[in-house]
Amino acid sequence: MSTMINSSLRAVLTVMRRELSGYFSTPVAWVFIVIFLVMSGAFTFYIGSFFERGNADLAPFFQFNPWLYLFLVPAIAMRLWAEERRSGTIELLLTLPLTTGQAVLGKFLAAWLFIGLALLLTFPIWLTVNYLGEPDNGIIVAGYIGSWLMAGGFLAIGSCISALTRNQVVAFILTVVVCFGFMLSGLPMVMNLFTGWAPQALLDVIADFSFLAHFASISKGVIDLRDLVYFALVITFWLAANTIVLELKKAN
Amino acid sequence: MSELRIEARSLSKHYGNLLAVDELSFEVGSGEVLGFLGPNGAGKSTTMKMLTGFLTPTSGTAVINGHDIIEDSLAARRSIGYLPEGAPAYGEMSVRKFLEFIARARGFRGRDALDKAAAAIERLNLDKVPEQPVETLSKGFKRRVGLAQAILHDPEVLILDEPTDGLDPNQKHEVRRLIREMSSEKIIVISTHVLEEVQALCNRAMIISDGRLLVDDTPAGLIASSRYHNAVTLVVEQPERVASVLSELGQARKVELREGELTVFPAPGESLFEVISDMVRENGWSVSELRLEAGRLDEVFRQVTTGEVGK
Repeated sequence: MSTMINSSLRAVLTVMRRELSGYFSTPVAWVFIVIFLVMSGAFTFYIGSFFERGNADLAPFFQFNPWLYLFLVPAIAMRLWAEERRSGTIELLLTLPLTTGQAVLGKFLAAWLFIGLALLLTFPIWLTVNYLGEPDNGIIVAGYIGSWLMAGGFLAIGSCISALTRNQVVAFILTVVVCFGFMLSGLPMVMNLFTGWAPQALLDVIADFSFLAHFASISKGVIDLRDLVYFALVITFWLAANTIVLELKKAN
Repeated sequence: MSELRIEARSLSKHYGNLLAVDELSFEVGSGEVLGFLGPNGAGKSTTMKMLTGFLTPTSGTAVINGHDIIEDSLAARRSIGYLPEGAPAYGEMSVRKFLEFIARARGFRGRDALDKAAAAIERLNLDKVPEQPVETLSKGFKRRVGLAQAILHDPEVLILDEPTDGLDPNQKHEVRRLIREMSSEKIIVISTHVLEEVQALCNRAMIISDGRLLVDDTPAGLIASSRYHNAVTLVVEQPERVASVLSELGQARKVELREGELTVFPAPGESLFEVISDMVRENGWSVSELRLEAGRLDEVFRQVTTGEVGK
């Protein structure tokens, strides 16, 4: 039993390593990291009025974080499977002695770790706030964890959609739209589509789907198990869907 | 235990309403080099994709080396080396890194994985380019990388989808040599629409069209079924006059004149070459070419797959 778990884990890690090394042998990684850092800085210091607020926290940083993800995470996710399909390597990968689930998980983890790395590289912002004042670093750590989990949610959606098409642009646009829906599902803009005809129970569920709501509570330093479970479920659900999509749509 | 074989049992694949492979059943044993022949879209690739576990059959199954491709897919895949059509590879990786990835994915660890990759590099003569990214290589080298990843784990079964397609004659020759080298101890299945390849490589050929198995024979057997088998072709001055003389021959069934070449087809059981070469000498015809036809594979192929050429 444990050897089975071991070999599955190794299979996942093998796929992950390959995928991750792929990022760094092309300009994708560097372009992504630089843009993510520049944009994070710009949003935090200029639009977020980091200095003018006079508060020793990273609220302006985390406030714009989801909006950056909305466009940058789909840019990473779009190539996950669409590129394998376009280049034909999907046939190579899925005829190796690995399960589809292991391949999906390996590729997802690579992209997630990569985004995690980009997120860690924003540490100068954290250094700045510690230099200027005495922030509650517990809240900031919680914010980073929440942010990474949310990125995982976006990424799982993008990975699944990327498996639907060989066209990366299509994958990108669809992912942005779906992620946007998930982000805002608690806001009137999305809720208005449902109020009036949907039962209250469904409305509550939809409202509860909002990435922003769950992220907001974590980034305030409240690590509620329900929020963690929520992101874990979102990721699991979309990766399972991703696996099923691949099983059904391998050929074209 | 000589369980080493492929056994396809009524393999079928539908894409919506399209029937790509229709109840295909066959067995391949050790030492056989089987050529899948067929026009484009005949179902060759689909069949290979099912055997290698990429596509799930709509119905039917296959057993590879004792492992069912549906029930026991991973074990079946372990005993297969597969070169997909076009030899896809992760282009940004170096040849060595790519092969090391394949080795790890095939369950080799640490030092072992490095050794397997190095051995495959040596076997396929890739030692000049191991650190180059795959995408910068020529087509011939890329194909060798594809073959290297297929044979890396020394599989019992090799499945190669159009291994020489798109290569120049030298590269084709090279790839064929490599395949022939490996053929003694393995089952090899290749698909191709190049007929010469079947003659050059295979000891068994299956012609597939519209997803159905039409012919299963040795290449020699295929050629013998050609209407050109044992016919005599000559290039001669005044071919019309010679043709009319030859058509009087009792041993000749038919005489055809096409593009300056005169072909005489034998009646069943007759041989013509001796008779005609004697006649040439006796009549003093000025012949620039005289040959005995072995048979024409392309003509058999067209006849089987389209029924276009009548007997």
